[in-house]
Amino acid sequence: MPEVTINWYLALSAVLFTIGALGVLGRRNALIIFMSIELMLNAANLAFVALARHLGDLNGQIFVFFVMTVAAAEVAVGLALIVAIFRTKASINIDEINILKG
Amino acid sequence: MGSFLVFAILAVLAIGSAVGMVLSRNAIHSALFLIGTMAILAVFYVLLNAPFVAMVQVAVYAGAIMVLFLFVIMLLGAERLGGIGAGSRWQIGLAMALGVALLVILGIALFRGGATAGNPEVIDAGPAAFGLRLFEAYVLPFEVTSILLLVAMIGVIVLRTREGKK
Repeated sequence: MPEVTINWYLALSAVLFTIGALGVLGRRNALIIFMSIELMLNAANLAFVALARHLGDLNGQIFVFFVMTVAAAEVAVGLALIVAIFRTKASINIDEINILKG
Repeated sequence: MGSFLVFAILAVLAIGSAVGMVLSRNAIHSALFLIGTMAILAVFYVLLNAPFVAMVQVAVYAGAIMVLFLFVIMLLGAERLGGIGAGSRWQIGLAMALGVALLVILGIALFRGGATAGNPEVIDAGPAAFGLRLFEAYVLPFEVTSILLLVAMIGVIVLRTREGKK
């Protein structure tokens, strides 16, 4: 059994971040894209916590705390926007949300 | 940092859950998969000597944020909206190519030059130590965060009430 080093956690973080990025690029449902963004934030949080453990430093955990707060605010506003868009367009397919186009 | 077996099992579960979130056709299933990923990440935080962050992860992410997601999905009835699966074929291909490129770049960035010398000793990361550090070194960001949350709350209320007047 190899020892679990910081690199394993950083690799897991990178894989989760990539899956989130693929979700943002590949899916057309605004809600799924939003969830993928949350997954990317979580992957970054995992890297923060792993490095905080690796370096014996509490500051990384404090950063995670702030990331979570900003994510909560972002989700509240973003979901309100999605509901507003759904009320006007009856769709949350981002390919149909193009009325801002010139 | 935990035994390798525990890490491997949890990592496979987390990645599988994340893939399920992206690929799932039903938005409700996606949200539940994401809750699974977040819960597993909370277990990782416990393994990494971050008990307070793990608790906040479960309460705020898996609790509050995902409940909000599920509420909106069910409010809109978005779980059964047709035609909002994946994009066209070239978009999927491009997304896969860009994803592989991103993974390669992240791998190179993370592993080039080897790991820095760490400090393997376990520090006190309980709620008391966490709060002391937060209010000693990060008072200003903390207060800015409170304003951010206030602005977000007012923004959501404005978004909803303006629509109601029409």
